[in-house]
Amino acid sequence: MTRTVLSALLSFWRRNPLQLITLLAGLALGTALWSGVQAINAEARASYDAAAESLGQGRFDRLGLRGDDGMPQATYIALRRAGWAVSPVVEGDYHGIRLVGIDPLTAPGGLGPVAPQTGDLAAFVSGPGQIFGRAEVLQALPDSGMERVLAPDMAPNTAMTDIGLAQRLLNRDGRIDYLLVSPDQPLTRRPLADVAPDLILTAAEDATDVARLTDSFHLNLTAFGLLSFAVGLFIVHGAIGLAFEQRRPMLRSLRALGVPLWHLMAAMAAELVLLALVAGALGVLAGYGVAAALLPDVAATLRGLYGAEVSGQLALRPAWWLSGLAMAVAGTGVAAAGALWSLSRLPLLAGAHPRAWAMGANRRGQAALAMVLLTASFGFAIWGTGLLAGFALLGSLLIGGALALPPLLSAVLRLAETRARRPVAQWFWADTRQQLPGLSLALMALLLAMAANVGVSTMVSSFRLTFTGFLDQRLASELYVRAESPEQVAAIERVAAVHADALLPILSQQQTIAGEPAEVYGARDHATYRDNWQFLEAVPQVWDRLAAGEGLLINEQLFRRARLDLGAMVTVTPDLRLPVLGIYGDYGNPVGQVIVTETLFRQTFPDVAPTRFGLRVAPDRTVALRSALSADAGLAPESMTDQAAIKALSLSVFDRTFTVTTALNILTLAVAAFAMLMSLLTLAAMRLPQLAPIWALGLTRRRLAGLDLIRAVVLAALTALLALPLGLALAWALLAVVNVEAFGWRLPMFLFPADYLRLGALALLAAGFAALWPAWRLSRLAPTQLLGVFRHER
Amino acid sequence: MNVKALLLCLFLPLPALAQGFAGLGSEAEGFSIPQPDRALRFPADHGAHPEYRIEWWYLTANMTGPDGAPYGLQWTLFRSALAPRDGTGWQTPQLWMGHAAVTTQDAHFVAERLARGGIGQAGVRASPFAAWIDDWAMEGPTLDRLRLTASGTEFAYDVTLQATGPLVLHGQNGYSVKSAAGQASHYYSQPFFNLTGTLTLPSGDVTVSGQAWLDREWSSQPLAADQTGWDWFSLSFDTGEKLMGFVLRGDSNYTSATWINATGTPTAFSDGAFSATPLTRHAVAGRQVPTTWRVTLPERGLDVTVTALNPNAWMATSVPYWEGPVIVEGSHTGRGYLEMTGYDD
Repeated sequence: MTRTVLSALLSFWRRNPLQLITLLAGLALGTALWSGVQAINAEARASYDAAAESLGQGRFDRLGLRGDDGMPQATYIALRRAGWAVSPVVEGDYHGIRLVGIDPLTAPGGLGPVAPQTGDLAAFVSGPGQIFGRAEVLQALPDSGMERVLAPDMAPNTAMTDIGLAQRLLNRDGRIDYLLVSPDQPLTRRPLADVAPDLILTAAEDATDVARLTDSFHLNLTAFGLLSFAVGLFIVHGAIGLAFEQRRPMLRSLRALGVPLWHLMAAMAAELVLLALVAGALGVLAGYGVAAALLPDVAATLRGLYGAEVSGQLALRPAWWLSGLAMAVAGTGVAAAGALWSLSRLPLLAGAHPRAWAMGANRRGQAALAMVLLTASFGFAIWGTGLLAGFALLGSLLIGGALALPPLLSAVLRLAETRARRPVAQWFWADTRQQLPGLSLALMALLLAMAANVGVSTMVSSFRLTFTGFLDQRLASELYVRAESPEQVAAIERVAAVHADALLPILSQQQTIAGEPAEVYGARDHATYRDNWQFLEAVPQVWDRLAAGEGLLINEQLFRRARLDLGAMVTVTPDLRLPVLGIYGDYGNPVGQVIVTETLFRQTFPDVAPTRFGLRVAPDRTVALRSALSADAGLAPESMTDQAAIKALSLSVFDRTFTVTTALNILTLAVAAFAMLMSLLTLAAMRLPQLAPIWALGLTRRRLAGLDLIRAVVLAALTALLALPLGLALAWALLAVVNVEAFGWRLPMFLFPADYLRLGALALLAAGFAALWPAWRLSRLAPTQLLGVFRHER
Repeated sequence: MNVKALLLCLFLPLPALAQGFAGLGSEAEGFSIPQPDRALRFPADHGAHPEYRIEWWYLTANMTGPDGAPYGLQWTLFRSALAPRDGTGWQTPQLWMGHAAVTTQDAHFVAERLARGGIGQAGVRASPFAAWIDDWAMEGPTLDRLRLTASGTEFAYDVTLQATGPLVLHGQNGYSVKSAAGQASHYYSQPFFNLTGTLTLPSGDVTVSGQAWLDREWSSQPLAADQTGWDWFSLSFDTGEKLMGFVLRGDSNYTSATWINATGTPTAFSDGAFSATPLTRHAVAGRQVPTTWRVTLPERGLDVTVTALNPNAWMATSVPYWEGPVIVEGSHTGRGYLEMTGYDD
């Protein structure tokens, strides 16, 4: 019997392939975007783990020199001979690959590819040596005589070798970049201040914790994936609900033929699971494609924004595709719950009226829920804190907005209907309103996609505008140079005295401030800063007071994370405690920043010598300055960067950051347009009983088709109008809540009416296109079919 | 004591070990081989011999605290060469390993250090004498007067050593045969150190005094194929006489011993004269290790029972073994040190 029941149920899909396609495609698309995002996140996390595992990132305390030029090897030996259990690391760029050199004999527990007890230590430390890396890294390395050893667990774009070899390859003989401090230290060791006073100990948790920094970025991606999945579920819900209503007669017949209710329900559930698995598999496949296409951009973003190395290659992880399938099945379950519930309460003798579905009985409940959610979103906006509250705000806003759409549209249509005088117009509005329930899911999907598009594009464009302005004020110097040695610094100073208007040293030092990782900068009192810098908040005469050493400036990230307002005292070092004079925007920087005067900086950190400088010069003299620096100070071309190049680089990092967001946005819009097309197609077949009388009254098929087309565009236009405020609310939430929580900066919101108009036009066009085919079919409908409606009239 | 080669070679690649020492490959070529006619020269021979594969500076001490409690101490520096040359820089093929331990009746503290040669982190200088790895050091103007320091996460010591007797050459003028097939090493000792100093233990500092014994040995040759481990004894009797004796365990055991009279004159005993028989075994680190022995040297009327002060003196280092102070009772009484390797689980 089971087979008979199942084949009866499945026969429906055979007769309605379009609905089957809608169901499968909706679910597959939703699953694809969701699992694509998950794949990207999983890949990134695996990369962070590999980095932590193979490089000890974040696991061990570090000792390093101020500045980034590393320490002489003698310092390392002196520390070992004073009892410090430290292990040296050399790190650098070798043909585009991050080459890490370690000493396996002193590396703290489990670090590196060979352990003294297990690995082939002799081959690693002597002879031609070995280099460990992933396949693509080994391939990219030039042949330098070493044995290449495949290590799939190694961090992406990273190769590891013995420290001696690394020093040679990186041309850093006798230099060490930093020391890893073993957690097990001997009982007696001399104080650091006696042995190497210039070294700074960075606690393990303060060392760049990539996973923590990038958490918010991944949460953003996840939210987008979830949004796409939700849009997909709208489609699935519509398709299943429709299929259920259309199968009412069949279900009633089956029940009447003696199929027990539970049996019927089990068969229907099995059918849905089958469909979910098929669609899920398709979705996971497509998701792999999405992830593979987007991953290089994501990897570029993470590298640019956080310096995190993420593999650009995708691995197929069982946990990932299983969770994709599970999401598809669970989503189908959610979408089908209503239909199964109705089935369980199906009266045996109920009339078979599929149109009843289209009337949507619980519109009042929907409106009430929408009100609740929108009210809740206000609550989250006002009282919520933390990234989760931010996303709760987004979620309640979007879902509340979507649920509010049908009642609002219905009200607008009712209004239009009362205003209409001519009979055709009256019929048009009434018919539109009557079709609304059948179309509302597609329209909700459209609303969500458009609102997301408006919101995200407003956020990105506002950000870009702010960021460009920020770069202009921040990158005021025409030329930036880096010195290799103290002699070169002196030479640069000599050249600058002749050829440049001003030389601004860039002094910086890593420091933990108010419990947050931060950088301290020393600024020379110069008009460059006074003319260009803008503050979010500042005391009057901020530059004069800064120059007088009365206080310091902090960036917005530090202001928000450590809650340091104007006037708050900041402890830079135990000896340097100053109030905040100003707060400046610092976009694109993950960590906090403090600026003090050059004098104070040099007093506090006497060992930090500037190696980077900004040079002010009239733009037409930049070329002359460059050649003078190259000829007289011996600066290599790669040690000099002009302002334009840095700006271009910064903007390209910025643009890459949002490539993924934009791509996901467009995909979501495509899913919504597809939902619209499918709804119209299914409705078209069901509407014949309504159209036939109108046709019989004298409206031509062509006229009817035209009206259908107009209807679709009108509905889309109304939806677009409602999407605009929702989108702007979304943009506000992203800029003022989510960005602040995720990145630590709040951005001013700009409006881009031209963009919104273009998007609206796009939506109308999409709706028009979606309606074109059904309308064309209507215009070509054989009159016999319309006549048939009267013949079959029940 | 050439068998300590095994210990050091474990420090080398395991795959190579599995193939037997010949499997060490071409790098083995070129190492100097101990020769019976090579006369030892001092102080030069206190320094390192990079042309030999393996070498150690091995010091053990039996001490007493102010309350009469017995203590043991170990300080060892191993050198292992991947190729028979020295030099400077990370690529120098000399590896160094340090082991330090303090043993009390109910506790045993161990520490280990590893270092590359050629960068100054570890090394040995003959004169003025200095052997060091990290902050551990054994140094002084001559080998007769030394300061010895080491530290681990739970313990540290800082003691001075004063020699009261001559150097003792083992075997044939310091040429010590290790198997019937003729494997050998260069081997001498300074068994006459008086020690005073301080042990830093979790319970606090302890002022100690006692006697120490330094072993110096270098070789390039492996054990015979059938030899699986060794039991090595250095015993100091209350009469002022001393005994170094070892058993190399194999298909048939190989023994060797040196009897040292109170003035430091050695008498070498070849295979079979010395015997050591396990009496009881003790479970430590998942192995059964004999910690009570019957030791005999009939030609000197020696028949004693040697008992570990602390049977749990297990060296949980990258190459694990047992090493600890012992108490001697029977025909002679005294103290000493016992080392046992090759007791695999």
